[in-house]
Amino acid sequence: MAASAPTKPADQRLTDPVDAVDSPWVTIVWDDPVNLMNYVTYVFQTLFGYSEPHATKLMLQVHNEGKAVVTAGSRESMEIDVAKLHAAGLWASMQQDA
Amino acid sequence: MRKWKRVDTADGPRFRSELEPHEAALLHNMIDSVLEMLDGRQAQSPADELEAITGIRTGPSAPPADDTLARLLPDFYRADAPGATEMPDGIGPADFNGALRSVHEPAIIDAKREAATRMRDTCPRDGGRLELTEADAQAWIAAVNDIRLALGTILGVGAGGPDLLPVDHPLAGHLDVYHWLTALQEYLVLGLMGKRA
Repeated sequence: MAASAPTKPADQRLTDPVDAVDSPWVTIVWDDPVNLMNYVTYVFQTLFGYSEPHATKLMLQVHNEGKAVVTAGSRESMEIDVAKLHAAGLWASMQQDA
Repeated sequence: MRKWKRVDTADGPRFRSELEPHEAALLHNMIDSVLEMLDGRQAQSPADELEAITGIRTGPSAPPADDTLARLLPDFYRADAPGATEMPDGIGPADFNGALRSVHEPAIIDAKREAATRMRDTCPRDGGRLELTEADAQAWIAAVNDIRLALGTILGVGAGGPDLLPVDHPLAGHLDVYHWLTALQEYLVLGLMGKRA
């Protein structure tokens, strides 16, 4: 499986001395009774370029645990990800990683 | 509505189906309703002289008062989330959400409008056969998702899925439409994923 996009920016940031002091931000997708499981998987694949197994794993985490962290990185890049997920109709929010 | 048939061509996949006239009319009605809601929201954007000069648009900072629209345009930050962390720099959650909303909401509405408009333009108004490109089909699943979110909010669809309503219930007809849209979307997503329904 190809390296998943979300871990990359986070890894890069950890090696960046300027940003290393800031905790990274994460984008969280919340379980929603309307959104279909296969639609959520497809959105993860198309928005973030995830492989189908990885997208399916995240979708199942949302479904079973109520939420999943889908991307991590700078605050600005999480804003973009949340906006894309909202455009697709998924229930997403961002927060600073504790 | 029959299931979608995926046909792979040299120019990419095509998705074929057929709509009854009343089904096409229903889809057009629902698309128009969603577009009206989004237009109404966009009209609430503050008029800004700077916007006219810079072209940078600003949306409203307050969330929609209406439950349905609020589901289509949720907050960026959930203060009520389990494990929610403190806001940096002592900003209150409402201010943080307001700032993010005013920056990003115009583009989110644009994306939803584009999907709904593309679906409207590729859905034969009187029904009959239709054929979608991959990009059309992607617009359809997003637009149908917004319609389902709106209907689901009105019907109070909960964690256990939509409850069955007695046939004489005033919302029973809406629930049938909701289930029909669920099937339409489900099979179209399967087609896009290249899976057999």
